[in-house]
Amino acid sequence: MKEFAMIYHSEPMGEIKLTPEGNLVVSKEWENWMGGIAAQNKLVSPGMRLGNEGRTIKPGNVITNGPYAEVKEIVGGLSIFRAESIEDALELANNCPILNVGGNVEIRDIIQMNG
Amino acid sequence: MQEKELIPYLYRTEFRKITAVLCRSLGIEHISIAEDLVGDTFLLAAETWGLKGIPQNPAAWLYTVAKNKAKDLLKRNALFSQKISPQIQYSTEDKHEIEIDLSAKNIQDSQLQMMFAICYPGIPPEAQIGLSLRILCSFSIDEIADAFLTNKEAINKRLYRAKEKLKQDNVRIELPSESEIDKRIENVLTTLYLLFNEGYYSSNNNAVLRKDLCLEAMRLTHMLTENETTNKPAVNALLALMCFHSSRFEARIDSNGELILYEDQDTSLWNRELIIQGERYLNKASTGNYLSKYHWEAAIAYWHTTTNNEEQKWEKILSLYNQLLMTEYSPIAALNRTYALSKVYGNEEAIIEAEKLKLDNNHLYHCLLGELYSDADLQKAIEHLHQALKLSRVAADKKVIKNKISKLGKLKNV
Repeated sequence: MKEFAMIYHSEPMGEIKLTPEGNLVVSKEWENWMGGIAAQNKLVSPGMRLGNEGRTIKPGNVITNGPYAEVKEIVGGLSIFRAESIEDALELANNCPILNVGGNVEIRDIIQMNG
Repeated sequence: MQEKELIPYLYRTEFRKITAVLCRSLGIEHISIAEDLVGDTFLLAAETWGLKGIPQNPAAWLYTVAKNKAKDLLKRNALFSQKISPQIQYSTEDKHEIEIDLSAKNIQDSQLQMMFAICYPGIPPEAQIGLSLRILCSFSIDEIADAFLTNKEAINKRLYRAKEKLKQDNVRIELPSESEIDKRIENVLTTLYLLFNEGYYSSNNNAVLRKDLCLEAMRLTHMLTENETTNKPAVNALLALMCFHSSRFEARIDSNGELILYEDQDTSLWNRELIIQGERYLNKASTGNYLSKYHWEAAIAYWHTTTNNEEQKWEKILSLYNQLLMTEYSPIAALNRTYALSKVYGNEEAIIEAEKLKLDNNHLYHCLLGELYSDADLQKAIEHLHQALKLSRVAADKKVIKNKISKLGKLKNV
């Protein structure tokens, strides 16, 4: 088994809802999808949702606002799955709820860094 | 109470208390000696009480005799050590002065400390459970052998090896420090959880023994909630889980000792009192910011005790299984999640999810598929159930599967 990052791309989704305890409110679709991956013992980490606050720094201390200054599509979050191959990982991503709202999933193999 | 009943009763309630105190006084290397001393005390009680009648305070009699036996032993040991190794004379002189304290508080403390010593990850889980049953629950070797469906020799060997390992690793009989407690208590909870499951799901046909195992697991978990240091949210969550499960004791086994599936149970037999107790512990578990797997499982078990809103119930259970699986994978959680999914989204959807699980060697996987296919494809359902029957090793499970096969077989022939 190898590990793959699922990187979720979509248009900015606006405000991110949090529970009173400060946890992310996850929709039923996402929870069921992720639960299905976990039930196959292929979830390494549900990963993280990325927030809306962002800056980009470029050479010469040029700073731009937001994660989406020049592009419409942003990275909304990422998870880590376990799969036999990239084809197998693709199969897992097949039902990702982000596909229903015009987004896409980028799948990348993970190479561990030492130290 | 007559002497005939009194001694077994006292054995069950007092053996563990005196043994824990003696273990603590004598040290981890002398567990067997402590067991023997207490065993001898009970033999002497049987002889003496038979001749002279039952003393006014039988428990106090046992404490005094056990205490004197321990002191004699320490004295003899002290003499022995003085002759053999004068260099440790001072420490043995200390030992000589050791007070064997059988006060209620010291009994409680000693039992808790022994719990941490026994639930030591250096010995295998079955040995931790076996030793717990012996030292913390006063089970005889025969009873432990019955519980594990094996013989006395196997248990004696298992416990002997475990005690040697505790000695070798010089495991200390003490409560862990505040900074260590969360990590160490995980081992204790795992063992108590396994002990409970051994009773709740075990292959043993002896319903009384099985219930006993569950009650002992609950008693020990309850003991952890009584001490400030060990009264952690995860402990309360585990106890809540146990209360919710055991509320169905009377409903899940019929008069022939056969298992009744959850769906077929008479809910009026569910024990309301245990459910309310479970709710109380679950509320107590809702502090701090760490959710253990027992929290998820207790919440799932809580929803299983409800009967007034089936739709909401299964949606909640599915959601909780999703979250449990994201925290920690287990095949049984994966199968139960899929069952919950079928309750919310129907069998067709659940079959697609089930077949992704790839648990072909698990009899419960085939039971689940047998269940899910029984509406749409009887032939396939029966095939899965036959596969389940082949893989199942537990008599009670086999019986349930056989019943289901014959039920479906009749439908097929209509």
